[in-house]
Amino acid sequence: MATVNEGTTKGTMNYTPFHPRWYRPHVSVYWWLGEWHYLKFILRELSSVAVAFFVIETLFMLSALHDGAEAYAHFQQVMRNPLMILLNVVSFLFVFFHTITWFNLAPSAMPIRMGGKRVPGALIAAPSYVAWVIVSAFVCWLVLR
Amino acid sequence: MADKITLEIARYSPEHDQQPHFESFEVPVHKEWVVLDALNHIKDTVDGSLTYRWSCRMGICGSCGMMVNGEPKLTCATFLSAYAKNGGKIRVEPLRYFPIVRDLVTELSDFVAKLVKVKPWLMPRNEPPLAQGEFLQTPEQLDRYKQFSMCINCTLCYAACPVVGLDPVFVGPAAIALAQRYNMDSRDDGAAERTAILAHPDGVWGCTFVGECTRVCPKHVDPAGAIQQYKIAAVLDWLKSFVTPRGKGA
Amino acid sequence: MAKPSNEAFFWMLFSAGGVVAAMLIPVQLFLFFIAFPLGWLQAPSYDYLLALARNPLVRIYLFILCSLPLFHWAHRFRYTLYDGLKVKHLTGLIFVLCYGGAVLGTVIAAYLLWTI
Repeated sequence: MATVNEGTTKGTMNYTPFHPRWYRPHVSVYWWLGEWHYLKFILRELSSVAVAFFVIETLFMLSALHDGAEAYAHFQQVMRNPLMILLNVVSFLFVFFHTITWFNLAPSAMPIRMGGKRVPGALIAAPSYVAWVIVSAFVCWLVLR
Repeated sequence: MADKITLEIARYSPEHDQQPHFESFEVPVHKEWVVLDALNHIKDTVDGSLTYRWSCRMGICGSCGMMVNGEPKLTCATFLSAYAKNGGKIRVEPLRYFPIVRDLVTELSDFVAKLVKVKPWLMPRNEPPLAQGEFLQTPEQLDRYKQFSMCINCTLCYAACPVVGLDPVFVGPAAIALAQRYNMDSRDDGAAERTAILAHPDGVWGCTFVGECTRVCPKHVDPAGAIQQYKIAAVLDWLKSFVTPRGKGA
Repeated sequence: MAKPSNEAFFWMLFSAGGVVAAMLIPVQLFLFFIAFPLGWLQAPSYDYLLALARNPLVRIYLFILCSLPLFHWAHRFRYTLYDGLKVKHLTGLIFVLCYGGAVLGTVIAAYLLWTI
């Protein structure tokens, strides 16, 4: 309670300052379904699950390699299961989405200036794509030769 | 182009309402009218109690930000004609993720407190004497922070950022961009002090680079870029903290 | 002056893991888990793969491939749970599950690659 007009002839007057009741909107737990941009963001974040899935598969593969030719053949058999193929195709799409969004967003974090001017983001992202193609080609060569 | 267009406007009167509701108004469509013109028309001729903020009507004061069909926009820069095709309606609501005082007016004291928190003023290490004259700065030095200085505090980025809505303590895009504006200014040496405030779990680390802030910014400030650059600076600062001794004074 | 938050460290791991995942996982996933099982490309023999995996440089490559992306997942998934499911109040449990998982995967990878 605020005290106003102290020392007037009428003595002190006590006011409760008027405070309008603000409306506080509640953010639903489904906020990310409300807009395409939000959904795209959550899908990008969920690509990390595909990344983890790949690592777990790879660990199983390494474990099979470790255990011998028979174990590895069994592993290959499991990977041929249509459900596994489907899971992996979906994972590949997510991982690919991660790569594209990662390369496109990374330049925002690294403003590079040349000749006093800011280099456009696309020019900073381009070498990442080139490196990606080169590295992928190298891995293919190494595995397939 | 259609003659008239319907605006569905969120109304909330703290004396009478428990929560906002929508009221429809029909407004003539003029080629050059923006949503703000429509609001002014309604207030002048239909319902004088409609309450909203506006000032410069030319996109520089940052007062007239509202949600227009679910998108944070400056209503002085959003043309009716863009929505008048195909009998479109325009839904006008107060900016998202802020408490609502009345109708389209949001409560901004929390936002202002966050701006102040990042110490948005020059903190040179040694204050030069007045007789030395002004600070000199080359165009290249200016270019390093100029983009982040264009912010008009319109809070469209706060209305776009889901983390702002989910985490009330999150400092937010405009405040961090403002901090970067000073960190990148050659006249300033206060970066360490700002990092101590922002490189905090409730500070910049809440940002997950949704990128909506940059998308909706009417001044192309790119707050998302500022935040990611800040994160990298914070990482370097964290690494340095293991090498250099602390406690040498602020 | 306060010490900068340790979040910086986890974000650093997230970034490193993100780069590794972006560069290497598409081709690895496509080759080993799509092209070879479907027979689009001739899968290498067990002996060749084993010899390849035993190469010291390849061991390091595989370790990085299996470790850093897990930390990328840990950080990103942690924040997705905070924001997507609004469970930030469970932060302690989520932290342990996410980074614990990443550490576990790293340890398993180290063991497998050391003894392969």
